[in-house]
Amino acid sequence: MAGSGSYGAVPSTPLLKDELDIVIPTIRNLDFLEMWRPFFQPYHLIIVQDGDPSKTIRVPEGFDYELYNRNDINRILGPKANCISFKDSACRCFGFLVSRKKYIFTIDDDCFVAKDPSDKEINALAQHIKNLLSPSTPFFFNTLYDPFCEGADFVRGYPFSLREGVPTAVSHGLWLNIPDYDAPTQLVKPLERNTRYVDAVLTIPKGTLFPMCGMNLAFNRELIGPAMYFGLMGDGQPIGRYDDMWAGWCSKVICDYLGLGVKTGLPYIWHSKASNPFANLKKEYNGIYWQEEIIPFFQSVTFPKECTTVQKCYIELSKQVKAKLGKLDSYFNKLADSMVAWIEAWNEFSASGKVGAAAAEVPNGPAKGK
Amino acid sequence: MSLNIKDNEVDIVIAALRSDLTAFMEKWRPFFSRFHLIIIKDPDMEEDLQIPPGFDHQVFTKSDMAQILGATSINFSGHSCRYFGYLISRKKYIISIDDDCLPARDNTGTLVDAVAQHIVNLKTPATPFFFNTLYDPFCKGADFVRGYPFSLRNGVECALSCGLWLNIADYDAPTQVVKPNERNVRYVDAVMTVPVRAMMPMSGINIGFNRELLGPALLPGLRLAGEGKQRWETMEDIWCGMCAKVVCDHLGLGVKSGLPYVWRGDGVDVKGAMESLKREWEGVKLMEEVAPFFQSVRLPRTAVTAEDCVIEMAAMVKEQLGPLNPVFAGAADAMLEWVKLWKAAGSQGA
Repeated sequence: MAGSGSYGAVPSTPLLKDELDIVIPTIRNLDFLEMWRPFFQPYHLIIVQDGDPSKTIRVPEGFDYELYNRNDINRILGPKANCISFKDSACRCFGFLVSRKKYIFTIDDDCFVAKDPSDKEINALAQHIKNLLSPSTPFFFNTLYDPFCEGADFVRGYPFSLREGVPTAVSHGLWLNIPDYDAPTQLVKPLERNTRYVDAVLTIPKGTLFPMCGMNLAFNRELIGPAMYFGLMGDGQPIGRYDDMWAGWCSKVICDYLGLGVKTGLPYIWHSKASNPFANLKKEYNGIYWQEEIIPFFQSVTFPKECTTVQKCYIELSKQVKAKLGKLDSYFNKLADSMVAWIEAWNEFSASGKVGAAAAEVPNGPAKGK
Repeated sequence: MSLNIKDNEVDIVIAALRSDLTAFMEKWRPFFSRFHLIIIKDPDMEEDLQIPPGFDHQVFTKSDMAQILGATSINFSGHSCRYFGYLISRKKYIISIDDDCLPARDNTGTLVDAVAQHIVNLKTPATPFFFNTLYDPFCKGADFVRGYPFSLRNGVECALSCGLWLNIADYDAPTQVVKPNERNVRYVDAVMTVPVRAMMPMSGINIGFNRELLGPALLPGLRLAGEGKQRWETMEDIWCGMCAKVVCDHLGLGVKSGLPYVWRGDGVDVKGAMESLKREWEGVKLMEEVAPFFQSVRLPRTAVTAEDCVIEMAAMVKEQLGPLNPVFAGAADAMLEWVKLWKAAGSQGA
């Protein structure tokens, strides 16, 4: 293992080794893990295999993992399995549900290790952990970005009573190379690559929404996990590529309400694969129009004071989705029902490791390895 | 995108708190020389200003200010003298940089044209209603990310551009005392819009603004009882920035933060900082009242210009903050006096 002195190397005792799961949705293969090996190997992986369950996804040697395919998802969740998308990376949230750890890092299988401007490899996981373990500052914008970063601090005029910050619930990372553009932008600028390394982490202010991308994301599962439901996307659904954004809007309004922080910025990963913009356009088409109603909806969400937990906030949100977005399209009624099913599954699984009728112990657990 | 910067659109306002501006202006010459400079001499300064040749500039001294403004309750001494420059300028854009700052170098080692960057910030739209995770979408090589609502992609006009500082960061006195050797070496290559309703401390050290849109809101309001010549002994820009942000949020204008960087200062006078602590502690305590006040300000729909907004805010400051500390009552009065001066200056024509 590389020496602990150099930036980006794995320290001798990786931080949160037993408290963090890495959740990876995949439909192709996990070859990308080879590049991440120095940074990921100490951690437990939860692989969510999308698509054809009869296909075998090979996990590179030496990783400690659980792997769930569609059959496992159906078996474990029973009728509630309908809330987990099929043929869409939104299925990753199943991995969030079955995890037993405090922290989750999720990454796409076409994301590789990026290099910083000094050409050193970036340990994205270590940066996410730093982000999650240091406070956020959502109530007042610090113009020097993350004040808890080495070499930075709060600027003159920043109220002292706000300098303790709040716990960080979400760490949203970025991507070099293929940027996360929507289909219309991809069509107009097929050759644009993100080459700008912005050396900052910042807290997204309270009351401000953002488009969350699930490609390079970490969160505190204990603080915000139940809100990280990636919605109904993919096969049989009228929309795709809005899964992570949906989770991002739900979790941001809940974080704002509960006084938790959301950070964005570092770390960067290298996004290698540009998806097909025409296929993307078909998936996003409805979303582009619906979004114009969805955003004002989230901007005006309020929670009654009985909503004291994430789950209660989320159930309340599902009611408001039904009431206010249901008239936009019947999809939102289904989505609202799925949001409820998700919370029920989350609560049941948290309590007993089982969900509903699938309570009976089954001899064949999920595919495990090491 | 290439932006046509017209020389006659810009005034550069410099508050001269030191008499010898030679080194400062020579270093900035490549970036200042095409523009008109308004140099305001600190009314407390005895010595004459030393200004190198070759600049299109005007200098205003204490007597000039008295002659032009007549009697006024506004105290223009120290850093506040720059506001006089804002008042008498007739240009659309104003750039103002402290006289202890020099051009910085970016990550490629190239000198940063802070004036040009501020103007780019002011001439491209801001996006305050939704946060773009790739920062400024109008920057070359960037765009709006997936999920950014299309109806919000036109953005709004940017009225205020707040730059940053390498070397000596703009810390308050307590932080300077605790970390006298810390230097800001991180060049963050981004400009971003500060979201609507998010409050931030504006540092007057390195700013640009659209005088036509926002002018009256860039005001010398809050003067600490112990205000001094060091930046950490002032709150005038913090107060001004909070007012300006509220006005921008209300009028649907944008505020950007980030690039450009300037290179600031030589070192930190720790003993001076400790002395300041005794004085500036007042400012630190005041912020505890100031922040919640500004976060809750709601201006009426009838306020449609920056002037209207300032008048409304002055009344609120007097009513809500005035009883807490006489310094706030003074600020409210200054805000109203400022609008009066602004109107008078405006009626004198271009």
